[in-house]
Amino acid sequence: MGRKLLTEHINVEGIDTFEIYRKHGGYRSVEKALKTMTPDEVVEEVKKSGLRGRGGAGFPTGMKWSFLAKPEGVPRYLVCNADESEPGTFKDRQLMSKLPHLLVEGMITSSYALGANTSYIYIRGELLYVLRILEKAIAEAYAAGFLGKNILGSGYDLDLHVHPGGGAYICGEETALLESLEGKRGNPRNKPPFPAVQGLYARPTVVNNVESIAAVPVIVNDGGEEYAKIGVGRSTGTKLFSACGHLNKPGIYEIELGLPVEEFIYSDEYCGGIWKGRDLKAVVAGGSSVPILPKELILKTAAGEPRLMSYESLSDGGFVTGTMLGSGGFIAMDETTCIVRNTWSFSRFYHHESCGQCSPCREGTGWLEKVLHRLEHGHGHMEDIDLLVSVAKQIEGNTICPLGEAAAWPVAAAVRHFRDEFEWHVTHAKEAAQPGAVYQGVLVRA
Amino acid sequence: METTSVKPQFSEAAKAEIERICKQYPPERRKSALLPVLHIAQAEFGGWVSPEVQDLVAEVIGIKPIEVYEVSSFYTMFNLKPVGKHVLEICRTGPCMLRGSDELTAHLERITGAKVNGATSPDGLFTLKEVECLAACGFAPIVQVREKYYEQLDTPAAVDAMLTELRNQVHRPALPWEETGLPNALANN
Repeated sequence: MGRKLLTEHINVEGIDTFEIYRKHGGYRSVEKALKTMTPDEVVEEVKKSGLRGRGGAGFPTGMKWSFLAKPEGVPRYLVCNADESEPGTFKDRQLMSKLPHLLVEGMITSSYALGANTSYIYIRGELLYVLRILEKAIAEAYAAGFLGKNILGSGYDLDLHVHPGGGAYICGEETALLESLEGKRGNPRNKPPFPAVQGLYARPTVVNNVESIAAVPVIVNDGGEEYAKIGVGRSTGTKLFSACGHLNKPGIYEIELGLPVEEFIYSDEYCGGIWKGRDLKAVVAGGSSVPILPKELILKTAAGEPRLMSYESLSDGGFVTGTMLGSGGFIAMDETTCIVRNTWSFSRFYHHESCGQCSPCREGTGWLEKVLHRLEHGHGHMEDIDLLVSVAKQIEGNTICPLGEAAAWPVAAAVRHFRDEFEWHVTHAKEAAQPGAVYQGVLVRA
Repeated sequence: METTSVKPQFSEAAKAEIERICKQYPPERRKSALLPVLHIAQAEFGGWVSPEVQDLVAEVIGIKPIEVYEVSSFYTMFNLKPVGKHVLEICRTGPCMLRGSDELTAHLERITGAKVNGATSPDGLFTLKEVECLAACGFAPIVQVREKYYEQLDTPAAVDAMLTELRNQVHRPALPWEETGLPNALANN
């Protein structure tokens, strides 16, 4: 059983209240940081911890913090990205609704480190009920003197607010999020300038994922070096994986990075294997935008090594035989899953969520969806398969924000690993579109 | 359905909540309150935001109406047309599809008589809207109604329980700043 740094007390009755959370050691990091550490010392500990951004990009959090511009007399902001919308990802929702004070504590300690006196949690609009839970926790923290003026007599002031989105995946991109927080459409900004220099209201701003912020208290309490001892290589600490799809026990699991993928899928301690006694066909390991891998390649790398749940091991083999850890949205598909249909569903998502600013993404995602729709519905041509690859290539690298890549990668990977299934959808168009369709002895349409 | 020509007004409780929210941002950045205020407006005025309601939102925040229109039309949560008493937002994205969201959508169409992304049920109770990932993939398939998530709707019994609960709601659940919830649908929609 691995250590649980974030979720150890998640099932404690009343842990969402200040009193019980405090009884279980809550808010110690605020006391320690504000009373015994300088802001730079807190940043230093986060750097030493090796913590990498848990939202998907995996960029070292301490390094991101150290890029924050600090011009004299100019306010700076910390904004928490709680716009969790990457298909397959539902860890932050659980963390915030069950352990709201962990995020509030992390926000206070992190804001102190960055010298922010006003901070925001931007939560996706669909999670208004979680916003209510967070606002209650924040009110409790104010009442206990952990927020507001002169926190714990340290002279440090902080106001913390929660801001809802309105339903737009794109607002998970940090500059779109900032636009949205300013009351505008979520159109990503050109970079540079980076948010660290010109972010919210054109002020220096750090944007961090919920889970990254939630890891800060434990790093401050135990020290960055202790945190870095957990995990494997440059994948330090624990990570929340949200497991879904055709698993016996879908849900949220906090694991020490480095756990073998095979153990995660099949062990009763975690996902408990594939449902209905079926075989595993493929996995999307880090949210819908990372490349899909067939069973053989998700369990073992191309070199035959066991694949581990770490940034390095999941990306071993690049995009040819590997994938990415991403957000930790782990989607398992059983042997009856139609890969063409699944890819079409993801493309429909990206087409729907493209903000429309850049032509390659706006038009390209539409093309991907349309071509996949006709392949899936029995009207495809053999040339369509290469057309998909060509459209995906033309989106990649040609857009302001990474939504373009996020839309292109899953399609390119599906064709790379399951080309025969796409071809079969052309040669057996009528059959493929019917329930009960069987390909190579496997039911591909339940 | 026609919209009323009477100018809509926020309740006193909502007005107070809007002012509380506006204070969360720097005074010259009241526009930041736009999304939270649109959510309040949708809850106040029967589950959708008419052009008149959007004009009111612009007025209370102190921005131009066009600044509201361009935002309300960008984000998917704001209904720009009248809706039934309950808007059922059905997640259709990959992970929900793997656990039966297509079947759930067909089932809901059949038993409510509503058309997904189309006509409200003949009794005016249910509007069915397909949405993208609701971040609850491990509990798929999912339907969101206002602020509540209904999870694991993979059996007819689970779906019936949800619909019964909704049918029995005279008023929508109260929001934190309200003493009681408002009627689900207002006379103007």
